[in-house]
Amino acid sequence: MCTYITETIGIAGSGKGADGWFRLTDATVYFDHPVHAMADHTLNINFANPAKGASSRVAVELTAESARALVAAIQSTLDAAPADLTT
Amino acid sequence: MSSLIAQTITITGHGGDEIEAYEARPASGHRRGGMIVIHHLPGYDRATKEIVRRFAELGYDAVCPNLFHREAPGAAADDAAATARAKGGAPDDRVVGDMAAAAAHLRALDSSNGKVGVIGFCSGGRQSVLVACSTPVDAAIDCYGAFVIGDSPAESQVKMTNLEALLPNLGAPLLGLFGKDDQHPSPAEVERLAEILTANGKDFEFHSYDGAGHAFFAVDRPAYRVEAAVDGWEKITDFLNRKLS
Repeated sequence: MCTYITETIGIAGSGKGADGWFRLTDATVYFDHPVHAMADHTLNINFANPAKGASSRVAVELTAESARALVAAIQSTLDAAPADLTT
Repeated sequence: MSSLIAQTITITGHGGDEIEAYEARPASGHRRGGMIVIHHLPGYDRATKEIVRRFAELGYDAVCPNLFHREAPGAAADDAAATARAKGGAPDDRVVGDMAAAAAHLRALDSSNGKVGVIGFCSGGRQSVLVACSTPVDAAIDCYGAFVIGDSPAESQVKMTNLEALLPNLGAPLLGLFGKDDQHPSPAEVERLAEILTANGKDFEFHSYDGAGHAFFAVDRPAYRVEAAVDGWEKITDFLNRKLS
């Protein structure tokens, strides 16, 4: 099915796309059909800068298991870093 | 119909907007019906364009408007779909306007016999029913469209309301093709849809396939089910032979 569920957040950072590095302003997260991954549904993340155009996007499509592992890895990495660097 | 001509064109869609569309037509000059193909939420992509060409190969003039052209003109299909999704998707009234424009385009072709059908897959399946309830067409095909019955989840940024209130306005015969393992639409929702159409005296035929879930026509996805897809295309071909000739 198309779940239609989409979370959009503002972010700060940079990403590397087809034309090199660019500033990121937005991230969208959804669980739906992938474009390329061999799964019926994947956790899809677009790191984007809509003001620079639709192609200013870094996209990933992860299986649910992979996405959960990524979330855990991000969380543990942040937790392990000195608190004064991550607040 | 092995010879065909396929190209990108511009049509004047909802609100007078110029939007991109993909058109495929048989090279022969016989008079024929037209088919509107509604792309799925992942966009105006290669797989959808292959379907447009397949309808030309079957003998129809076929066109697929790019529902996301306004959000990302000229962008790659996946980028445009991501952009449109982040903005809430294509609104229903705009979809109807764009498809009415596509129907007018097809009927204006020299080869047209005046009849136009519409088909959609996944989100396009729902939109195919929406179009057939909202603007004159001669045949409609819904391939596993979710939220014809039942709304999209409340947390969805892309809102899809059900079409139950519109179903009495269905103005064309409807072919529905579904997978019994699909939960959106679920077999119960397909049954409910059939009940409503029966109660309203509508012309419809549904086929639900064992061992198939959502997107069983999608040849480039793990959901592809060859037996359901091959039989489904036979059902589509037969339905259109009867309704658009």
